[in-house]
Amino acid sequence: MKIVMAVIKPFKLEEVRDALTAVGVHGLTVTEVKGYGRQKGHTEIYRGAEYAVSFLPKIKLEIAVADADVTRAIEAICTAARTGQIGDGKIFVSDIEHAVRIRTGETDDAAI
Amino acid sequence: MTFSSASRAGWLALAAIVLSSGAALAQAAGTPPVADKGDTAWMMVSTVLVLLMIVPGLALFYGGLIRTKNMLSVLTQVLAVACISMLLWVIYGYSLTFTGGSAVLGDFSKAFLLGVTKDTVNDGGTIPEYVFFAFQMTFAAITPTLAIGAFVERVKFSAVLLFALLWITLVYYPLAHMVWQSDGYLFKLGALDFAGGTVVHINAGIAGLVGALIAGKRVGYGREIMAPHALTLTFTGAALLWVGWFGFNAGSALAANGVAALALVNTLLATAAAALGWMLVEWAVKGKPSLLGTVSGVIAGLVAITPAAGLVGPIGGIVLGVVGGVVSFFFCTTVKNALGYDDSADVFGVHGVAGIVGSIGTGIFVSTSLGGVGVENYDMAAQLWTQCVAVAIAVVWCGVISACIFKVLDLTIGLRVAVDAEREGLDITDHGERAYNM
Repeated sequence: MKIVMAVIKPFKLEEVRDALTAVGVHGLTVTEVKGYGRQKGHTEIYRGAEYAVSFLPKIKLEIAVADADVTRAIEAICTAARTGQIGDGKIFVSDIEHAVRIRTGETDDAAI
Repeated sequence: MTFSSASRAGWLALAAIVLSSGAALAQAAGTPPVADKGDTAWMMVSTVLVLLMIVPGLALFYGGLIRTKNMLSVLTQVLAVACISMLLWVIYGYSLTFTGGSAVLGDFSKAFLLGVTKDTVNDGGTIPEYVFFAFQMTFAAITPTLAIGAFVERVKFSAVLLFALLWITLVYYPLAHMVWQSDGYLFKLGALDFAGGTVVHINAGIAGLVGALIAGKRVGYGREIMAPHALTLTFTGAALLWVGWFGFNAGSALAANGVAALALVNTLLATAAAALGWMLVEWAVKGKPSLLGTVSGVIAGLVAITPAAGLVGPIGGIVLGVVGGVVSFFFCTTVKNALGYDDSADVFGVHGVAGIVGSIGTGIFVSTSLGGVGVENYDMAAQLWTQCVAVAIAVVWCGVISACIFKVLDLTIGLRVAVDAEREGLDITDHGERAYNM
């Protein structure tokens, strides 16, 4: 089991969700976050005050998938979230030691 | 308001209208003056329009400009200060401002509205004295609420209320008396101030600047982002201010007549010109035309036309509006940063600066050769000098006394909230509530 964590542009969320559903991923946790990578922020000017806004709004999504599904999930996210511009985001994958479905008590792959 | 306009310009220019009115005929026949129904109706509407400027207009305008955590503190301060001013007005404010006494201040002969009844008519006018009293009350109420915008987000609620009480008494009443009462020093000098350029706007701008300087900068000023939290509310507030300002300016004719009509036209045109002036200069200098810049231009234009509203022609008004908007832009964007003071809502940059531009410009554009209504024995250089003297007296009077008030409050109860409270936000620490629970 792996957890796939992706940071994407907010307006790409629906497309990514559709793409993940199409490859059989049926569960998704989403967080509104702020951050920056190579895409620097922008400047806002309010009367005389100029502010460099370094942290831009992003969406962080986390999905838990069986090992066999990881590649397809990553491809789905990459295809759906790509605009070709700086700031499209990143994907990180890490291992899951153990998983439990609370309602039934099922564990590991059966819980995903 | 103005007797100064009514008697110096209005009465002369519209002598025919006044003489044909029922009130004037009644006076000529030796019977007590009777209020004119049309004038009375218009002045009652004007009074509530000026109230609309304060709540919700000014409260929303300022509230949108500051941070989320201080929204309720700004709304509460504006509302409470306006209420204090209204009650002081009936206790002794009206009397100290609009009775004889000296060239600087009236007396207590009309304290608690002594001697005013439903049959009393305002001095030399055509409206019930109750209406005159109420209309002027809204002016006394808006002036200190304008000033506090300069030092919101950091000054204690208790200090704001005490400031309002002392400042209205020691600064506003004497200045209003000097400019608008027929035996006032600046009135007799011949200074023109149709609707309150010196009394309201320069006065509030200077008090705000002095308060911002003595209270000091907000914690994190210049390092942390202090962007306006809701420009939609600032836009709404500015729009309500513009609508209410017709009561302020056109109402200052104290009658429903041609002078009021001229003020109405000027309040539309000068404001539109100032909004575009600020927007275009900002576009050229900063690269983008912003909403905040454009609504700031609206306010600067309204302020600049205030002393001139019933005195200058529409084209002169447009020129005053553009100059007021552009000069305010440079004060808010360049001069403020160069001097480094923290005027939270740019009270000085907009009200003080555009008020000075308007007050001095009135001396030029009142000229009949420039489309103004003119004044008796007009000489441009002399009138300009008189306007500058009036501005200087307003600046010094307000500056010195305001500084004393702030210093005394700072040394006694303290002006600032604790640093931790300022970081947490005044909504929670001063008022125990939060503007947005989401």
